Amino acid sequence: MSDTSIKPRIEKVPLSEQFFQKLPVLLVPMLALGGLVAIGSPDSWLTLTVAGLAMGMMIFIMASGLTVVFGLMDVINFGHGAFVAVGAFVGFTVLAWLAGWTTSPSVMLNLFAVLIAILAAMLVTGLLGYAFERVIVMPVYGEHLKQILVTMGGLIVAQQMIYVVWGPDELHLSRPEALKGSFVIGEAAIEKYRLVAVGIGLALFLAMRHILKSTKVGLLVRAGVENGEMVEALGYRIRRLFLIVFMTGSALAGLGGVMWGLYQETITAHMGSEIMVLVFIVVIIGGLGSVEGCFIGALLVGLLANYTAFLAPKVALISTIALMVAILMWRPQGLYPVVKAK
Amino acid sequence: MLTKLFSGDTPRSGLLTVLLLIVLVSLAFAPFLFPGTKSLETAARICIFIVLVASYDLLLGYSGIVSFAHTMFFGIGAYGTALALSSTGPSYWSMIWGTAAGAVLAAAFALAIGLFSLRVKAIFFAMVTLAVASAFAVLVSQMSWLTGGEDGLNYKIPRELTPAFKLVKEKVLGVRINGKLLAYYLVFFASAILFLMMLRIVNSPFGRTLKAVRDNAFRAEAIGYRVVWYRTTATVLSAVMAALAGSLLAIWLRYTGPATTLSMEIMIDILLMVVIGGMGTLYGAVLGATIFILAQTYLHNLMGVAADATSAVPLVSTLIAPERWLLWLGVLFILSVYFFPTGIVGRLRAGRA
Repeated sequence: MSDTSIKPRIEKVPLSEQFFQKLPVLLVPMLALGGLVAIGSPDSWLTLTVAGLAMGMMIFIMASGLTVVFGLMDVINFGHGAFVAVGAFVGFTVLAWLAGWTTSPSVMLNLFAVLIAILAAMLVTGLLGYAFERVIVMPVYGEHLKQILVTMGGLIVAQQMIYVVWGPDELHLSRPEALKGSFVIGEAAIEKYRLVAVGIGLALFLAMRHILKSTKVGLLVRAGVENGEMVEALGYRIRRLFLIVFMTGSALAGLGGVMWGLYQETITAHMGSEIMVLVFIVVIIGGLGSVEGCFIGALLVGLLANYTAFLAPKVALISTIALMVAILMWRPQGLYPVVKAK
Repeated sequence: MLTKLFSGDTPRSGLLTVLLLIVLVSLAFAPFLFPGTKSLETAARICIFIVLVASYDLLLGYSGIVSFAHTMFFGIGAYGTALALSSTGPSYWSMIWGTAAGAVLAAAFALAIGLFSLRVKAIFFAMVTLAVASAFAVLVSQMSWLTGGEDGLNYKIPRELTPAFKLVKEKVLGVRINGKLLAYYLVFFASAILFLMMLRIVNSPFGRTLKAVRDNAFRAEAIGYRVVWYRTTATVLSAVMAALAGSLLAIWLRYTGPATTLSMEIMIDILLMVVIGGMGTLYGAVLGATIFILAQTYLHNLMGVAADATSAVPLVSTLIAPERWLLWLGVLFILSVYFFPTGIVGRLRAGRA
C-alpha cells in the first residue's frame, strides 16, 4: 500500500527558465564590465562606477516609494518630485541652522547634524505626503487621467509654495567636513560622500526587502499588490495601509532629496521635476510596482549615465532613454512585472 | 453654411456663443481695435495657442491620453521652420518646406512613441512622453551648432512680413498697414483654418470612434475597432497640428529658442488652458487659451498692485506677488479637475440645459 502512495509532484523549474528569470540581475555586472571595456583605464572606471552606484542608490531611494505606491493602489504620483524638492529644502535649512556642527572637525557632530537634517526632512515630507494623499489623491482613486492631472497640479502648487517660503533663488550649501574629500585607491579617487550614499541606499534596499518579505505589514502590502479586494475582504483596511505606504514613500523621497542636494550642493525649486525624469525611467525599466526591479533599474541608469557622461557627455540623458527603449523591447512590462496591465 | 463650417458642432449655449464671438471679433480686428505692439503680440500669441491647445485637447479630451511631449512637437515645428529660414534664406519657399519638414518629423516621432508605448496603458504613455520630451529639450539645448543652444535662433523672414514693408502709404483707421499686420493676418487665418480642420476631425466618424475608445476602450475593441490604431492616429494628428502651430510661432516671433517652445513651463501652461477651458470640446481651447494668455499678460500688473497694497501683511503680500500667479492657477487647476472636469465650456453648456 505504501508503495503506491501518491507523491506530490513538485514542478521543477527548468534551469534555462531559472536563468532567464535571474537574467535582469546579471545586467548590472554586465553593464559594469562593458563600461570597463569601453573606458579602458581601470582607475577612471572605478571612480565612475562608484559614482554611478551612488547616483543609482539615490535614485532608488526616491523611486522606491513611487513604485510601491503604484503597485499597491494603482496610483501614480506625478507630484512625487515635489517631495524631493521639499525634502532637500528642509534638509538644507536644518543644516544651515546647525552650521556650527557641520563645520566642526568632529566627525560625530557632522554626521549627527546630517542625521537631524534627514530626520527633519523625512518628517516634513511624510506629513506633506499625508496631506497630499488626503486632499489631492484620495478623491480620484481609480481614475488615471484625473490622477495624472491632479498630481501634476499638486506639483505646481508645491513648487510655487517653495518659492513663497524659501524665495526664488537657488540654495548653496557645502557638505559637512567629514563628507568632503575623497579616498585615493591607486590612481582612482573615490569621494567619501558617494560611499556614504551607496551605504545608505544598500541598507535601505535590504531593510525594505526584509520588511516586504518577512513582516506582517510587508505581507499585507504584497498581498495588496496582488489582489487588493481580497485583502479588504479578509478584514484589513487597505486604505489605511495605503496611507502608510504613501507617507513612507513621501518620506523616502524627502530623504532622497536631502542626499541629492548634498551630492549636488545646489538645490532649486524645480529640482524635483528634473529628477522625476530619471525616476520615471527607473520605475518603467524596473516594472511598475517592483522594488527589486526598481533597484536594478536605478543601478543600471546610474552606471550608464556616469559612463556615457565620461565617454560622450552630450548623449548622457539620451542614453538612459535608449536603455529604457531597449529594456522595453525585451520585456514590455519592465524587468519584473508585478502589476498586470490593468 | 455656418453649421457646415463648424462641422455641425455649434457652441450650443447662448453665453458661450457670445463669448466666442467676442474672441473671434477681437482677434480678427485686433490691430484696429487695440493698437499697439504689446496687444498685437498678445493677439498673435492667443491665435497660436488656440491651435496648440486645441491640438492637445484632441489627445487629452477626445482620446483620454495624457502626453507631456506636446511641447516637443511644438518645438519640432518651430525649429523646422526656423532652421529652413536661417539656412536657405528668407524666402516663402523655405518657409513652406521648413514647415512641412517639421510636420513630417513630428508625425514620425509621434508614430514611433505611440506604437511603442500606447499598447500598454495611459499612465505609461504619460511617463514615457515626459522622459522623451525632457531628453529632447536637453538635446536641443546641447546641439548648439545646429539649434543655437540656449540662445536659440534669430533669422529673417520674407520682407513682405516685416514692419519695414509698407503696403499702403497712408494710415488706415489710424493704423499703419505694414508687413507686421500682414504677418498677423497670416497667423490669424492659418490658425482659423487649422482650428476648423480640427473641428472637422473631431466631428467625423473618426472623432466619434475616438470618444468611444476614450470612454470604454475594451468595448470599442470588442466592437471591432483597433484601439491602438485609433490612439496612435490621434497622437500623430495632434503632433502635426502642434508642429504647425510651432511653425506659426516661429514665423511670427522671428526667433526660436528652447524657452519659447520646449520648456516644461509651456507644457504646464497648455495643460492648464485645456483643463480650465474645458476638456473634450475644442471651444474650451479657445476660451482657455484666451483667458490664460490675457491673465498671463495683464493679471501680472493687477497682482502687483494688490501685492503693493498689502505689503504691510508679510505672508499675504508674498502669496499674491505677481511672480506667484502660477500658484493660484495650480489651485484653480486642481479645483477645476475635481469640480468642473468639463471646464468653462462644460459649465456653460450645462447651465443652458
